[in-house]
Amino acid sequence: MMPKLRTIAGALLALVLLAGCGQAETQQQRTLTVLAAASLTESFDELGARFTAEHPAVRVQFDYQGSATLAEQIQQGRPADVFASADEGNMAKVRDLVGGPQTFATNRLTIVVPPGNPAGITSLADLAGDHAVVVCAPQVPCGSATQRVAQAAGVRLAPVSEENDVKSVLNKVVAGEADAGLVYVTDAQAAGDRVQRIDFPESQQAVNTYPIATVNGAPEPELAAQFVDFARGPVGREILTHHGFGTP
Amino acid sequence: MLWVPAVVALALVVLPVLGLLTRVDPTALPGLLTSPAALDALRLSVVTGLISTGLSLLLGGPLAVVLARSRMRGLRVVRAFVLLPLVLPPVVGGLALLYLLGRTGPLGQLLDVVGLRLPYTTTAVVLAQTFVAMPFLVVGLEGALRTAGGRYEQVAATLGAGPWLTFRRVTVPLLLPALGSSLVLTFARALGEFGATITFAGSLQGTTRTLPLAVYTTAQSDVDAAVAMSLLLVVVALVVIVVARPKAVEGQL
Repeated sequence: MMPKLRTIAGALLALVLLAGCGQAETQQQRTLTVLAAASLTESFDELGARFTAEHPAVRVQFDYQGSATLAEQIQQGRPADVFASADEGNMAKVRDLVGGPQTFATNRLTIVVPPGNPAGITSLADLAGDHAVVVCAPQVPCGSATQRVAQAAGVRLAPVSEENDVKSVLNKVVAGEADAGLVYVTDAQAAGDRVQRIDFPESQQAVNTYPIATVNGAPEPELAAQFVDFARGPVGREILTHHGFGTP
Repeated sequence: MLWVPAVVALALVVLPVLGLLTRVDPTALPGLLTSPAALDALRLSVVTGLISTGLSLLLGGPLAVVLARSRMRGLRVVRAFVLLPLVLPPVVGGLALLYLLGRTGPLGQLLDVVGLRLPYTTTAVVLAQTFVAMPFLVVGLEGALRTAGGRYEQVAATLGAGPWLTFRRVTVPLLLPALGSSLVLTFARALGEFGATITFAGSLQGTTRTLPLAVYTTAQSDVDAAVAMSLLLVVVALVVIVVARPKAVEGQL
């Protein structure tokens, strides 16, 4: 028993020492923590790479989740530098904890169907029929946008499932488990040929705006402000447009 | 000395649940708990949980007997597969079910021909729950079958009882306590099932949105309502465990 314990203790000590060394080496590197809506994954990954190219000593660490989850984490005191939300509602929840939210992107919905469009869907009204339609739950930004377009078009949707995030909706269509889904234009674009996209005019009635803000008490306030400017500047605009977002 | 880690262990489990209580506004609780979303989810959870537990008993019970009594080759491999859902992340289980029984899955395509579609149905919820919960029944029952019974069964046999009579009058009564506790565990696990359900069955109020799924969806927009539903889940789970488990452990069930 004793020799075993000693081995374990030795191994632990070695681990601690190693960890210490690792830390010392990366100390001069600064980390910027960006909490961003899941729908920003592809574009912010690219944005981060471009930002790092201009600031070599900075590592940008992203956490992509539902905007509501991130807003709740900020309320619970999670340390972060930048928050980018997929809607204004979730940014409003942390109004007192962030500085100067600004719109940096817009997004709208589109219909996606599996390649070949087996159910023969051509318009939003077709989604009211007897098809397996998957949408976002009204509780999340893409779901509230879904409700708004359905209302504007006077279409009564009867989904077989209301998912918690737009990527889950997309995946059900990609997997062929749904005849159609309502997702953001940007997600449809990210999916490439794995889905077919059917735009509909009513989507203009529910354009989602994405606000970005620095978080109060950020560990890297200066970098945070620079990142927000970068996202709203020419480089950010170019990347966002490339991924299908609208920019203000 | 043992009481120090014991208290820490207890605190680790109890304190977070108590923390949940501090987030609850008692005056708003009745309204939040009787909302259609909460009631639908509660009803769906209890009904599907009970059906899953029954299905686990019906299918997993015989499997446990086979595992405990059979001398077949390769039984260890079979047992490993039975235990798999206990260690797999539930989402993996959901994906596995989807790729077998989904519309594009090999079995799902066959079912589609007969006009049967499982994803997005309450049946899919039951299947997902059974997938993750049944191992609890099989493992609990198999363990009991191995430790208890053998000697008494032999004696019964020497006294002239046939296999079926021995099973009914000796094996089953000896197994009852273990059966009780395994059933409770299975039901509790089915009640808490989340990952496999949301992956395989989707989430729609009244059809597939069980209490854990409702908590997750509600937390996206209304944390207070989500906490209230979490509390509901905690209370139901506690009732199940507190009422049934000690009796089962003490062999009174």
